[in-house]
Amino acid sequence: MLAKHRANILKLISALVVFTAWEIAGRVPVSFAFPTFFESVSAFWALLIDGTMFKAYAETLKPLVIGILISAFFGIGIGLFVGLSRGFDWLVSPIFIVMQTAPLAALIPLLVMAYGIGLTSKVFVVCIMAMPVIVLNTGGAVRNTPANLIEMGEAFLGSRRQVIMKIILPAAFPIIFAGLRLGVSAGFIGAILSELKITPTGVGDIITYSRSIADYPSMYAAIASIIILAVLFLNVLERVENKLLQGSRKPSALD
Amino acid sequence: MTKSTDNAVTVRNVYKNYGSTEALRDLSLDFPRGQLTSLLGPSGCGKTTLLKIIAGLLPATSGEVLVNGEVVKAPGPDRAFVFQDFALMPWASVIRNVAFGLELRGMAKSEREGIAEKYINEVGLSGFEHSYPHELSGGMRQRVGLARALSVDAQVLLMDEPFSAVDEQTRRKFQEDLLGLVKNENKTFIFVTHSIEEAVYVSDQIAILLPRPSRVMEIIRPSGFRHKDVDSIRREPEYLDIVDRIWASLRSYVE
Ligand SMILES: Nc1ncnc2c1ncn2[C@@H]1O[C@H](COP(=O)(O)OP(=O)(O)OP(=O)(O)O)[C@@H](O)[C@H]1O
Ligand SMILES: [Mg+2]
Repeated sequence: MLAKHRANILKLISALVVFTAWEIAGRVPVSFAFPTFFESVSAFWALLIDGTMFKAYAETLKPLVIGILISAFFGIGIGLFVGLSRGFDWLVSPIFIVMQTAPLAALIPLLVMAYGIGLTSKVFVVCIMAMPVIVLNTGGAVRNTPANLIEMGEAFLGSRRQVIMKIILPAAFPIIFAGLRLGVSAGFIGAILSELKITPTGVGDIITYSRSIADYPSMYAAIASIIILAVLFLNVLERVENKLLQGSRKPSALD
Repeated sequence: MTKSTDNAVTVRNVYKNYGSTEALRDLSLDFPRGQLTSLLGPSGCGKTTLLKIIAGLLPATSGEVLVNGEVVKAPGPDRAFVFQDFALMPWASVIRNVAFGLELRGMAKSEREGIAEKYINEVGLSGFEHSYPHELSGGMRQRVGLARALSVDAQVLLMDEPFSAVDEQTRRKFQEDLLGLVKNENKTFIFVTHSIEEAVYVSDQIAILLPRPSRVMEIIRPSGFRHKDVDSIRREPEYLDIVDRIWASLRSYVE
C-alpha cells in the first residue's frame, strides 16, 4: 500500500517536472513554433469542447483498432509457429525483422500505389508497425519455454496440443503480453504516421491543419492527446494482464 | 534375465551418449515388481539420464528398456515421474499442479481435485491448495511434485531425489511413509538418492553406479531388517554394516 502510494507520488513528480520544463521552454521560447504548456492545455480544451477532438478520434481509431486486432491475432499465431518450428522461423522471421527496420516513410508510397489512399493502406501501416514486435516476442517466448516443463507435460502424457495450450502458451504469456504492449505503442505511431503521410484525416488532420495556419498550441494539443490516449490504453492492457496473471505481480511505471 | 515377468522394469545393455559425452555404457539392471530399488552414485554419473530413459523421455543410444515386458518407446500411464528440479508450473496453484497429470488425461475437474486434495494432504500441504509455487519453500515445492506423481496412480514411480529439499524431520517421516507405500501397494519404486543412509533405510535393492560412463558396480540387497519395526532399523547391525560397506566402495571416487 505504502509502495503503491510512493509510486504514485513519484509518477506525479515526474509529470510535474516534464510540464514545468515544457512551460519554461515555451516561455523562453526555444522556438516561435513551440507553445507553452498552458497555451497547449487551453487549446486542448477548446478542441475537446467544440467536438473536433472526438470526431478526429472516431476517424483515427478506425485503422488503429482494426490494425491492432489483426496484428495481435495473426502476430501471436505466426509467432507461435515461429517458436515451435525451426524451419518456419528461418522462413518467416527475416521478413518481420526487415519489416521492423525498414524505413516506413519510404514504403508508404508503394502501399498507396497498391491499395489507394483509403482505410486499407492505413491499416497496413499500423500492421507494419505493430506486427513484427508481436511476432518476434511471441516466437522468442515460445522458443524459450523451460524444457523441464515441456518434459513434465510429456511425462504426464500430454498430447502435443495439450502441451502447447496448457504449458507453452501460459509460460510464454507474460512476454507475449509485453510484445503486445510494444506492438500497440508502435501501432499508435503507425496510425498517426499514416494520417500525416497518406491523407490527412482524424488527429493527423488537426496536426497538419493547425500547423498550416500556425496554430501551434492546437498542434501540440493534438500530439499530446495521442500520447495520453496511448498511455491510457497501455494502462488498460496492463490491468488486463495483471487480472489474468494473478500469480506473480510486479509494480510497473505505467499504472 | 530374459524372463521379465517378476521384474516390473528391465534395463538391458543401455548406452547413452550426449554428443561426445558418454553418460551410460552398457548398463543392465532389473527392478523387481513391488520393490524399491535405489540408484546410488556420484553426481553426474547418469542417474537422471537412466530415469528419463526408463520414463520414455529420452531415447537410449542403444539397448532397450522393458516395462512389464514391453519395450519403452514413449511415456506411458504405467510410469510417473518425480523431477529433481520439481518442474512445477509457476502460473498454476498447488492443487492445479498436483491434479495436472489427471487434467491431461481428461478427468473431470471435481473428480481430479478430489484426488489431488487427498495427496496434498498426504504430503502435508493441506491449507496451501490455492497458493502458487513462488509462495512455497523449496521443500514444499518438492512435495507438490511428489503429490502430482502419486495422484496419477502409476505402477512404477520414478523418483529423482524426491526428498533432497525437505527438512530432516519431514524427510524421515517421508522415508517411513515410503516404506509403508512399498509394503501396502504393489508398486515398483525407482529411487535416486545421494544419501547412503537413506538408500539403505528404504531399499529392497541398492544399485551402486560407477562414475561416468556409468555402469552398475554392485547390487546390494538389504534383507535382514526389512520386516523390523521402522524405528529400530537404524540400530540394526546389518543396516550399519551395509552403510559402511557402501561408503567403503564409494569413498575411492571421492578421494
Ligand atoms: N542434455 C544434456 N546434454 C549434454 N550432456 C548432458 C545432458 N544431460 C546430462 N548430461 C551429462 O550427462 C551426465 C549425466 O547427467 P545426469 O543428469 O544423468 O547425472 P546425475 O547422476 O543425475 O547427477 P546428479 O546426481 O548431480 O543429479 C553428466 O555428466 C551431464 O553433464
Ligand atoms: Mg540427477
